[in-house]
Amino acid sequence: MSEIDPGAVALEAADQISQPAAEREVGRRRLRKEDARLVTGQTNWTDNIQFPGMVHMAVLRSPMAHARITRIDVSAALERPGVLAAYSGRDLADEQGALPCAWPVTPDMKHPNHPPLAVDEVRYVGDGVAVVVARDRYAAADALDAIEVDYEPLPAVVDMERALKDEVLVHSELGTNRCFTWPFAGGDYDAAKAKADVVVTRRFLQQRLIPTAMEPRSVVVAPIAAAGEYTVYSATQIPHILRLMLAMVTGTPEHKIRVIAPDVGGGFGSKLNVYAEEVLALVVAKRLGQPVKWTETRSEGYQATIHGRDQIQDIEVAAKSDGTLLGLKVDLMADMGAYLQLVTPGVPLLGAFMFNAIYKMEGYSFTCHGVFTTKTPTDAYRGAGRPEATFAVERIMDELAAELGMDPMELRRKNWIQHDEFPYTTIAGLTYDSGNYEAATAKAMELFDYDGLRREQEKRRADNDPVQLGIGISTFTEMCGLAPSRVLGSLSYGAGGWEAAAIRMLPTGKVEVVTGTAPHGQGHVTAWSQIAADALGVPFEDVEVIHSDTRAAPQGMDTYGSRSLVVGGVAVHLACQKVLDKAKRVAAHLLEASEGDVEFAGGSFTVKGSPDAKLSIQEVALATFASHNFPEGMEPTLNSDYVMDPENFSFPHGTHLCATEVDTETGFVKIRKYVAVDDVGKVINPIIVEGQVHGGLAQGIAQALYEEALYDADGNLTTGTLVDYYVPTAADLPRFTTDRTETPATSNPLGVKGVGEAGTIASTPAVVNAVVDALRPRGVVDVPMPCSPEHVWRALQQGGAK
Amino acid sequence: MTRIRTTVDGVRYEDEVEPRLLLVHYLRDRLGRTGTPVGCDTSNCGACTVHLNGSAVRSCTVLAVQADGAEVTTIQGLASNGEWHPVQKAFHERHALQCGYCTPGMIMAAVDLLKDNPTPSEDEVREGLEGNLCRCTGYQNIVDAVLQASGQKEGVSP
Amino acid sequence: MIPPEFDYVRVSSIDEATSALAGGGEDAKVLAGGQSLIPLLRLRLAYPSTLVDVGGIADMKGVREDGDAIVIGASTTHAEVLGDPVVQKHAPLVALATATVADRQVRHRGTFGGSLSHADPAGDLPAVAAALDASFVIASSGGGRRTVGAGEFFSDYLQTAIGPGELLVEVRIPKLGDGWGFHYEKFHRVAQAWAIVGVAAAVRRSNGDIAEARIGLTNMGPTPVRARAVESALAGVAVEASAVGEAAAKADDGTSPPSDLGGQADYRRHLVRVLTRRAVMAAAGT
Repeated sequence: MSEIDPGAVALEAADQISQPAAEREVGRRRLRKEDARLVTGQTNWTDNIQFPGMVHMAVLRSPMAHARITRIDVSAALERPGVLAAYSGRDLADEQGALPCAWPVTPDMKHPNHPPLAVDEVRYVGDGVAVVVARDRYAAADALDAIEVDYEPLPAVVDMERALKDEVLVHSELGTNRCFTWPFAGGDYDAAKAKADVVVTRRFLQQRLIPTAMEPRSVVVAPIAAAGEYTVYSATQIPHILRLMLAMVTGTPEHKIRVIAPDVGGGFGSKLNVYAEEVLALVVAKRLGQPVKWTETRSEGYQATIHGRDQIQDIEVAAKSDGTLLGLKVDLMADMGAYLQLVTPGVPLLGAFMFNAIYKMEGYSFTCHGVFTTKTPTDAYRGAGRPEATFAVERIMDELAAELGMDPMELRRKNWIQHDEFPYTTIAGLTYDSGNYEAATAKAMELFDYDGLRREQEKRRADNDPVQLGIGISTFTEMCGLAPSRVLGSLSYGAGGWEAAAIRMLPTGKVEVVTGTAPHGQGHVTAWSQIAADALGVPFEDVEVIHSDTRAAPQGMDTYGSRSLVVGGVAVHLACQKVLDKAKRVAAHLLEASEGDVEFAGGSFTVKGSPDAKLSIQEVALATFASHNFPEGMEPTLNSDYVMDPENFSFPHGTHLCATEVDTETGFVKIRKYVAVDDVGKVINPIIVEGQVHGGLAQGIAQALYEEALYDADGNLTTGTLVDYYVPTAADLPRFTTDRTETPATSNPLGVKGVGEAGTIASTPAVVNAVVDALRPRGVVDVPMPCSPEHVWRALQQGGAK
Repeated sequence: MTRIRTTVDGVRYEDEVEPRLLLVHYLRDRLGRTGTPVGCDTSNCGACTVHLNGSAVRSCTVLAVQADGAEVTTIQGLASNGEWHPVQKAFHERHALQCGYCTPGMIMAAVDLLKDNPTPSEDEVREGLEGNLCRCTGYQNIVDAVLQASGQKEGVSP
Repeated sequence: MIPPEFDYVRVSSIDEATSALAGGGEDAKVLAGGQSLIPLLRLRLAYPSTLVDVGGIADMKGVREDGDAIVIGASTTHAEVLGDPVVQKHAPLVALATATVADRQVRHRGTFGGSLSHADPAGDLPAVAAALDASFVIASSGGGRRTVGAGEFFSDYLQTAIGPGELLVEVRIPKLGDGWGFHYEKFHRVAQAWAIVGVAAAVRRSNGDIAEARIGLTNMGPTPVRARAVESALAGVAVEASAVGEAAAKADDGTSPPSDLGGQADYRRHLVRVLTRRAVMAAAGT
C-alpha cells in the first residue's frame, strides 16, 4: 500500500473549500432544505419502511368502554394462512411491562398499572386486548376478525363530575377516580376578593379534542436477534426519551436499542409519548426475531392515540369597579381518561402558571383535580394546558368588561404588565423577562381597523340585522421553551429540560450540526443551518443537520413545548461559539499572533494591525485535520458540544383580534377578519414563524368552531372518524393577517422565544369572545365550544328568554 | 386473483391482485411507490390523491382492479426530466408545506384543479382543495402557492 | 381500513350485469364509482360476496335529450354531469346540487346513479331527484326494463326499489320549460361534511309572482322529502321575504328529521324553515 501524501490530500480538499458567506442568515426568509424530498415524494415515513422478512402486527381492541375479559381465544387466528403469531395480554404479561407516566404530580397521585395489552380488564373503547402478526397488512386485518373475546360488561363513566362521586370506579384497586388534587396559590385570593366591588363567576368547558396529525402512528422494530440489538423506527417526537423508556419498560439494555424517527408527519403532542404499540412491536420482534411493522388506521388512532384538552373550568375573577383586577380563582377538573400516558397528569398543571396571564393582581388560587374516566387517555396537545388557561382568562376578562360596562380592550390595557415593568414576577411566581403588550396591541388594532368594525357592529345592532358582527380579543402570553430542569424537578416531572448540540467541522470546512431536537415539520434543518452559518461564517449550504437517530445524535430531549429553538437552537449557537474559541486558538497559532489580537468576522480570522494576516475558518478546519502545525497541548479538533439548560421559560406574547359574522337565524359563524400580531422575540426565519402561526391559528380556530370528540353514555367515541370529527379544510378557514413585534428574550443569547404553540393558544378565545360579543345584546353570555350553528342557536334561544 | 395492467408514472406493470386490494396499497406495497401516503380510512383526507387517466382521485377509494388499463400518475411522476412541476416549485417557494405528509395529495389535487381552472380565484382555490386536509400550514401558504403557480400571484417574495 | 374478501367481475353490458347480479344472489353488489361502497367495505360495514363492476358499460354513461326529458346514464360521473351542457340547460338544479357533492376527487369517480342508489337522505342528489320528479329506469335479467318514480324509488333509509338481480341504468328528468329558477341550499358544518339540512328549490315565476314551486329536502327524514305544503302555499305568492317565509314555515310539515351528530330534530325543523325561505328567494331570482 502506497503512503498517503498528506500534502496531496490537502490540495485536493482545498478545491472544495467554498467561499465565505456574505450576508447574515439569521432573520432571512430562507427557503427550506427539507422541501425537495417532500414535494417529490422521496419521503421516508415509517410506514414506507420495508425489510426482508418483515411482518405486520395488528391490534385487536376492545369495543367496550369497561369490561372484564372472561375469555380470549386466538387459536382461530393462528390457523389462518399467513399468520405467524397471535398473543393475548396474558401471553405477553411477563414481557410487556407497563407503560410509563413520567410525571407523578403529587406524592399521593393514583397511578394505575398500564399494561400495553389489557390482561383482565379493559377500560376504554380502543384498549388493546390482543395482537396478531401476519405476512402482510391484509392477512393481519383478517386474522383480527378471527380472535374470540368474551367480555363481561362493567359500567362506564364518561362524565367527570359523576366520576368524582366514585360510584363507578375505573380502577377498582385504586378505590377512587380522583387521580390527584394539585393546589397552588400566589398572594392571598380571599383577601383580594374581600376588597372587590364585583365578582364574576363562570363555568367554561374545554371540549376534548383529537390531535389528528396527518401521518397515522407507525412503528417498525428491526431486530438483530442474535446480537440482542434492536432498531426501532417510530413516528415519534421523542426518539431519545422513547429509547430510555423502551429500555426501562421491557428490560432491554439501553445501549442495545437504537431509535430512529424517520420522516414524521406532524405530532402536535400526539407523538410525544410512549405507546403500547411501540412496546408491543419490540416484544414481538424479540419473540419472532423478524422485523415487525405496525401502522394505525385513522379510526383506530382516534381511539388509540392520545386526546387533548377536556377540562371543566370554574373561574372567578374579583375586581374593583374601575376595572382593576384584584384576584383570580381557578378550579379545574381535568379528564385523564382511563390511564396515565407519559405526561397526562402534568398537562393541566402547565396551565396553572398561566391563568393570571399578562395581568397584575394581588391574589391567585388554583386547584386542579385529575379525574379518571373510561375514555381514551389525554395528554399533551398543542399548547398543553396553556390554551386552556388562556381561554379561561381571556373569556372572563370579556365577561368582567361586560359586567363593568367597560371596553374589553381598555380593561386589559388597565391591568396588563406595562412595557417598562419588565422583567416582572407574576403572582404565579414566574418572571417574564421581556414583553411589550402595548406595541403588539397597537399594531393589531391598526391592522384590524378596530374602530371601523365597532362602528359597523353598532350599525348592524341598530338595524337589527339578522347577521350580527362580533369582535373578540385575545391578549396572551405563554410559557414555553420547556424548560429549566430544576423547575421540572420541583414539579416532579421525571426528566430534565436541557437540549444538546454538537458541531463537527469537517476537513473541507463543511459543518455537521448534531442536534437533540426531533423536528416533524418545524424546519429545524433549515433554521439550525442559518444559526450555524451565521455563527461560523460558513455558507448556509455547507451545513448539514443531523437529528432523530439515537446513534447519530445520541443526546437530546426531543421536540415539544415550543422548546426546540429556545433550547436546542441556542445550544447550536453556543456550541458554535466553543468551536470559534478553539478555532481562534488554532488561527492565532498559525498566524503567529496572540489570541487577544485575533478577530473573527465574515468567516475569517484576522490579526489586529496585520492586514495581510487572514485565515478562513475552512482553512483552520483543514489545518486542524492535518494537525501538523498545531498549538501545543491542544487536542487536534474543533468539534464542540454544548448542553443548554435554560435558566427560565420563554414568554412570547401577542394580541389577536377576530371579527365574526354570526347568522342569528341559523347560528352559522363566519370569521370575517383575523389579525394576529405576535412577539416571539428575535426571529431566525420569518417564513417558518409565519407558517407556525398559520398552523397554530387553524387548530385554535378549529377548537372554537368545529372540533369536538364526543362520547356517549356507554363510553363509545361517537366522533370516531374524520366524517364526524370536523377538521377544517382550506374552504373553512379565512385568510389570516399576521404581523410581528420583536422584543428580544433576555434569557438566551439569541433573544428567541419560540412560536410553535402560540397561534393555537391565542386564537380560541379570540374567536369565542367574538361570537359572544356579537350576541351579547340578545342576552347571550356564553356559547359552549365548539360554537357550532346549533350551539349558537340554542344560546340565542336561552338568551332571548331572559 | 385478477390480472391487471397499469401504467404508473410511465412504467407498465402487469400483476395478479386480490380484487379487494386498494390502489394505494398496490402502489405503495406492491410497486414500492411510497411517495403516495395513506392518511385516513374514511376517504376524507386526500393525502393519497393521484391522477387516474388524468383526473385527481383518492387512490384509497379505488380498487386496483378498477385501475386495470389505466394510467396512474403519482407525486413521484409529476416532475419531468428532473424539472419540477410549477406547482411543486411554488409549494417550495411559498412554504406551503411543513411536515410534508399531506403534500403529495395536495400537489396532485392542485395540479388537477389548475388543469380545469387555470386562473382560479382564492375562493375557487380553497373550494377546489376542500378534499385535502392539512394540519400544519393552516392552508394560507398552500393557497398562495397555487395562485402563484397559476401565474396570478407574486406577492411577497420568499 | 382493509376490505373483506370478495369476488369481482367486470361486465361490459347491462345484460351481463343483471346476469351476474342475479347469479351472485343477495350479497352481490354493484360497483360503479365506489365512492359510497368502498368506504363501507374499508370499515367492514358490508360483506358482499361479489362486486359487479359496471363502470365500463357504455350504455350507462352519458347524458342525452329524449323528447321532454333528459336522460342521465347511471354510470355518468358527477364531474361529467356537472360539465354536461344538456344538464346545465335542462336540469340546472342537478348541476347546482352535484357541485356541492363531496369534493373534486370524489366527483371524478362517484356516479349519478351510484349516489342515488345509495339512497342516503343526507346526500344531495335524492332531494333533487324528488323535487324534479325524476324517474328511474331499472333493468332486470333477460333485458327487462321498468320505470319507477322518485317517490317509489326511495323506499326507506339507504333502501331503494331496486330488487335483487336488478340494476339502475338511467334516470329520466323531465325538462322544465321557461320561467324556472333554481337553487340548492346546503347547510353543513365544514366543507366535507354532509348536509345537516339541504333544500333543493325550483321556482317558476309568472307576472313577477311565484306561479309554482318544487321543493325537495335533504336530511329531514329517512328518504328525501317533497315539501308539498310549502309548494301549495307558495302558489301565487309575491317574491318577498315575509310572504315566502310564511309559506316556508310549513317546510317541516310531514317530516321526521333525525336527531344525530349533525343536529337535534328541533334544530333541523327550525333550519329547514329558514333555508327553504332562502332557497325559494334565491331560486326566484333575488
